[in-house]
Amino acid sequence: MTRTTGKKLFLALGMAALLAPVALPAQQNKPWEKIPIPPLPAFHPQQPKRIELKNGIVVFLQEDHELPFISGSVLIPGGSRDVPAAQAGLMDLYGMAWRTSGSEKMSGDAMDSYLAARAAHIETGGDVDSTAISWDSLTKDSDDVFALAMDLLFHPRFSAEKLMLAKQQEATGIVRRNDDEGDIASRESNKLVYGAGSPYARQPELATIAKISVADLQAWHDHSLKGKLIVGISGDFNEAAMEAKIRAVFGSLPRVQPLPARHDTFDGPKPGVYFINKDDVNQSNIQIVGLGTERNNPDVPALALMNDILGGGFGSRLFQTVRTKLGLAYAVDGGLGFSYDHPAPFDVEVLTKSASTVEATQQTMNIIRGLTTMPFSEAELKMAKDDILNSFLFRYDTPEKVLGERERLEFYGYPADYLETYKAQLEKVTLADVTAVAKKYIHPDKLAILVVGNGPEIKPALDTLNMGPVHPIDITIPRPGAMAGHPGAAEKQQ
Amino acid sequence: MQRRYCWLWKSAMALLAVALAAPGAMGQATAAPSAPAQTVQAQSTTDQYLKRFEKMITVRVLPNGLTLILCRRPDAPVFSYTTFIDAGDVDDPSGESGLAHMFEHLAFKGTTEIGTKDWPDEKIALAKVEAANNAYEAEYRKQVGRDPKKLEELHKAFVAAQAEAEKYVVPNQFTQVAEQNGAHGLNAETGLDSTQYFWSMPENRLQLWAWMESSRLADTVPREFYKERDVVLEERRMRTDSDPIGRMLEQFLATAYVAHPYGRSAIGWPSEVSQITATEAMAFHKKYYAGSNVVEVVVGDVDPKTDLPMLEKYFSRVPAGPKPEDLTTVEPPQIAEKTVVIHENTQPFYIEGYHRGSYKDPDDAVYDAISDIMSNGRVSRLYRSLVEKQQIAAAAAGFSPYPGEKYPSLFAFYAVPLPGHTPQEMRDAIHKEIEKLKTSDVTDAELEMYKTRARADLLRGLADNQGLANALAEYQTRYGDWRQLFLQLDRVDKVTKADIRRVANKVFVASNRTSAEIDTIQPAGGAQQSGGAQ
Repeated sequence: MTRTTGKKLFLALGMAALLAPVALPAQQNKPWEKIPIPPLPAFHPQQPKRIELKNGIVVFLQEDHELPFISGSVLIPGGSRDVPAAQAGLMDLYGMAWRTSGSEKMSGDAMDSYLAARAAHIETGGDVDSTAISWDSLTKDSDDVFALAMDLLFHPRFSAEKLMLAKQQEATGIVRRNDDEGDIASRESNKLVYGAGSPYARQPELATIAKISVADLQAWHDHSLKGKLIVGISGDFNEAAMEAKIRAVFGSLPRVQPLPARHDTFDGPKPGVYFINKDDVNQSNIQIVGLGTERNNPDVPALALMNDILGGGFGSRLFQTVRTKLGLAYAVDGGLGFSYDHPAPFDVEVLTKSASTVEATQQTMNIIRGLTTMPFSEAELKMAKDDILNSFLFRYDTPEKVLGERERLEFYGYPADYLETYKAQLEKVTLADVTAVAKKYIHPDKLAILVVGNGPEIKPALDTLNMGPVHPIDITIPRPGAMAGHPGAAEKQQ
Repeated sequence: MQRRYCWLWKSAMALLAVALAAPGAMGQATAAPSAPAQTVQAQSTTDQYLKRFEKMITVRVLPNGLTLILCRRPDAPVFSYTTFIDAGDVDDPSGESGLAHMFEHLAFKGTTEIGTKDWPDEKIALAKVEAANNAYEAEYRKQVGRDPKKLEELHKAFVAAQAEAEKYVVPNQFTQVAEQNGAHGLNAETGLDSTQYFWSMPENRLQLWAWMESSRLADTVPREFYKERDVVLEERRMRTDSDPIGRMLEQFLATAYVAHPYGRSAIGWPSEVSQITATEAMAFHKKYYAGSNVVEVVVGDVDPKTDLPMLEKYFSRVPAGPKPEDLTTVEPPQIAEKTVVIHENTQPFYIEGYHRGSYKDPDDAVYDAISDIMSNGRVSRLYRSLVEKQQIAAAAAGFSPYPGEKYPSLFAFYAVPLPGHTPQEMRDAIHKEIEKLKTSDVTDAELEMYKTRARADLLRGLADNQGLANALAEYQTRYGDWRQLFLQLDRVDKVTKADIRRVANKVFVASNRTSAEIDTIQPAGGAQQSGGAQ
């Protein structure tokens, strides 16, 4: 069991000047500032070769001979947001059963044994906007493993037995979903932001997964494979030979069909205080949520810097006040999110002992409000920039990261030089820009506050927040009358 | 939150998290039909990589006993480091559980030079904080004649002394300077056996990093200690008190051990953590952060010729001191099976553990083989049996060593029941699979698969600077030679089928077993409308 001083926080900056008492003189001696920092040598990471096939499929090849492995993946557009509400959970079942069922040439069980004997892997999975198959193996086994992965991609066998197994595992996740406080908080706050029925928030239920059939999985598969596939291969191969191999497999497929454009609406949460009681905890999990934005919004560079000042790291306003100054929390972080093709949530979280729930909520809300009332200083902006820009190269310091970034940009239709552009934009952000975006995007009266915690222990109670009535949320797991294969399914639990 | 170490230490928490979060996604598999016999070729591949790394790596033991390892890999202008302290919460003195972890938090608070406005005055203020705390605690701990009014006054004085000391603080300056200079993945971990500090940085900050890291090792001060103690108590609430699995594991270990501190709460019992003092933390630092107990590894775009003299200069500041002695306590043999049953309104769970040797046990690789064959992926015996064939569990696996490796530890098995199935069924099914290990040999294919995967996993782990830094530091600390990272494969290769049967028969016996389970009870109250947030 290991513990850490903080959650992994990629970005941070500080505001020492703001918190420092005025009575004392500023620090005089800063020996670390006398240590020379030589210019960083120019670094041009190796870019993968991009090949666009005539049918529209895009291939990236990243040759890298350091270790004797080859890995690859095929990214397929379409994910859980494209699944009808009545079939919520289909993506999870598909991701599991695709691989465990196996392919025409080899059953899933045989594939398990075959790969394990070679310390190789082939896996499949589903996500909110895509599915994927990935594989990796030692170089010497790579031809065989690639052929097997392609058989699984183009000739899956989707067995009823493996679908049943996947359903059992999914059902286990569903009936256990109220055991962990953090899981409840993130799931339910997401539903507050997007709406419980939203394609970005809806959850699988025992009733929705019960209805899903092998035919549904096959239909999903056949349809999604018509999309614009993105193939990425990296490792110990010869680029020309690999290109020929990939062209042979993917070149003869029909012209790709783009997914229809989505027309989602995003209204954000209904403001107010929401509460979920959990009587076996002594700490409240508080989520303060609203609607964020998309990454292609031109305000994003300024927002990224604002996020850093708010909750980026050890030096952020949230960390400095709620954790360091007040000792109210171990975990406190968050900011205004931006996804590649839809608005991410605004989400600030703080975990504090039951008795200090109201105090921690108020302190955190004050800091959020402060984004529009407490002026940003040049020192804050400088630290935010230093922090993001000086660690920027960790976004592309290995060939695998470069490949992953290029695949992501391709998938979401962003330009290949996005990172360079983004970096240049970050450099140009001014104090006025950060102030302006804070005013534009931070609306404390539009936020919802969700508390998951131990009701009787929360003293003073949540109504002392004076933010209107507290809305209880019931998270009882709906149980269908009976579910085949689950004798215990009719039990009433939590 | 953290990266896993690919090689030796498998975190039970990570395994449990995987089991609970994604019951289906267990990785890959076992029980191969005809495994390719490539031992010889694979062995030579490993030798080839060992030779390559011998050329890349420079080791220097400084006069203060600190071991410095540089691994030159100039692919990108970055480096990663690990500071590995051979001390963790197993070394907490009696009554001070959680101390090593508390100190780790203190190590982010700065030094006499960074994080302060005026160290001489701050030092005086901190001494007053300590005196005020001692006075408060002395009254608080009185069994007889505690005066509530006096206690309140003493508490006020303690709070006032802290406020006075805070005037001299530049809060979080140490971490801010690191982050402003591009520190990536900045963090630390305290385990039972060790404490590790790590981050990655652009290579032009190597000297700045050396100043910072050597400063905090050599020159820690007890800044903001009591606020940070509250933060750590929140960490405990998050990881243990408010998490059903966290609660269960704490009780499981406390029951499995009667003498050795592996049975003690690693993050600390609330009463003890809440009374740890800065004086105790500084005493821990003096004893366990001596040069002889520290391995410092840097991997990345570094050049021993130019960088080593600079690093030697900075890390020579770490005080010398004797290598702390290992613990005297040896867990006595268990003589009777022990069981913990938690009745609560959470879903059922089953775990059991058997005492085994430490990482130095000659059978260490045999335990790894058993764990691999029983648990690694969809071909593993427990998955095939409990998940696929009997369809009673969403996940099932064995793992070892747990909770540590430096001292005799446990071999544990767990299973997550499917809805409608009970911990008792998990227990019976796990015991059937264990019985098979005791009465018949594993197959050639299973054994070969374990060896093939051990070699491949070793090579896969070499790709990442930070992962490599951690591994080199661990092997250097545990074996006195980083080469064991590669040479351990000899021990893997020597494992036989007879070894597996012998070890299973020796260790997996009822009197050596401790189990813990969660038995679900229904809540008393009624429910409102269902479905969650709308």
